[in-house]
Amino acid sequence: MRASLAVGIATAAYGVSFGALATAAGLDIWQTCFMSLVMFTGGSQFALVGVIAAGGIAAGPSAIASATLLGSRNVIYALRMSPVVGSGWLKRIGAAHLTIDESVAVSAAQSTPRAQRVGFWLTGLIVFVGWNITTLIGALIGDLIGDVSAYGLDAAAAAAFLGLLWPRLKQLQAQAVAVAAGVGAAALTPFVTPGLPVIIAASVAVIVGVTNWLGAASGADRESGTAEIEPIEGMPS
Amino acid sequence: MTLWQVLIAAAIACFALKLTGYVIPPALISRPTPARVANLLTVALLAALIAVQTLGNGQHLVVDARVPAVLVAAGLYTLKVPFIVVVIAAAVVAAGIRALT
Repeated sequence: MRASLAVGIATAAYGVSFGALATAAGLDIWQTCFMSLVMFTGGSQFALVGVIAAGGIAAGPSAIASATLLGSRNVIYALRMSPVVGSGWLKRIGAAHLTIDESVAVSAAQSTPRAQRVGFWLTGLIVFVGWNITTLIGALIGDLIGDVSAYGLDAAAAAAFLGLLWPRLKQLQAQAVAVAAGVGAAALTPFVTPGLPVIIAASVAVIVGVTNWLGAASGADRESGTAEIEPIEGMPS
Repeated sequence: MTLWQVLIAAAIACFALKLTGYVIPPALISRPTPARVANLLTVALLAALIAVQTLGNGQHLVVDARVPAVLVAAGLYTLKVPFIVVVIAAAVVAAGIRALT
């Protein structure tokens, strides 16, 4: 599963940046590592640390609200992963913890149910381990290492997401949704809380999906779900 | 409110959100329309994440080294270059531009 590794490594590397930012915001090493171990949803962690850095402990309630708002997209992700993960409470609780952008994105881009399941757990675990190790490294060496973006890893993460999106764009309907969601998310960025543009842009999918706008006249090809999507060359399946 | 209380409250809220999606019966999205919505949701979420990851800087839109890096990545995917190579190439392009500017 090279997709799991590539996305996992690119994302885990952000942990260094998070660890450094968190300690700079006044968290100790235990608190920083607690966030990566227990909260484990990068956007929310960065949001919480950012608010605390700006407003101190007095901004606690808005820090919690920001983290929660950013985490709300995980409801959609969990809903998407629910049939992939299957039943069993222990499994679902474990899956819930590993439900993040990367594990869901890798899983959803796979074509067979087995690959979707493996992609979810493998990516979730790789990112979890990498994210926590790099958080500790970042916390220990503080901001000595500097902004992780200097190494191009932010661009690598975007390129990885693009690779997951690419094989899903064969139909006009999907292409239209992708363009509308991408443009919409960018256009909303200056006006709403970070994290919300992605959620609001997702509503495009609900509207187009329910009305089947630009969809095939017969619903036959839809019944197969993701089975019709061929992975691109070099994409593991 | 102590910092620990803030962290624990936020962690509980984030985990509860994740668990919510698993409590809703999966049968809800196995019918055609919910399945179509779920598939398009993936497309929309990925596209939105790419846009934010490429152009976002907090609540600002910025055109920087990430844009050419993602354009290079798109070009390489068109040429069917393997995933891992494209991801590394994008990182190298962005880091290279940052080193030179």
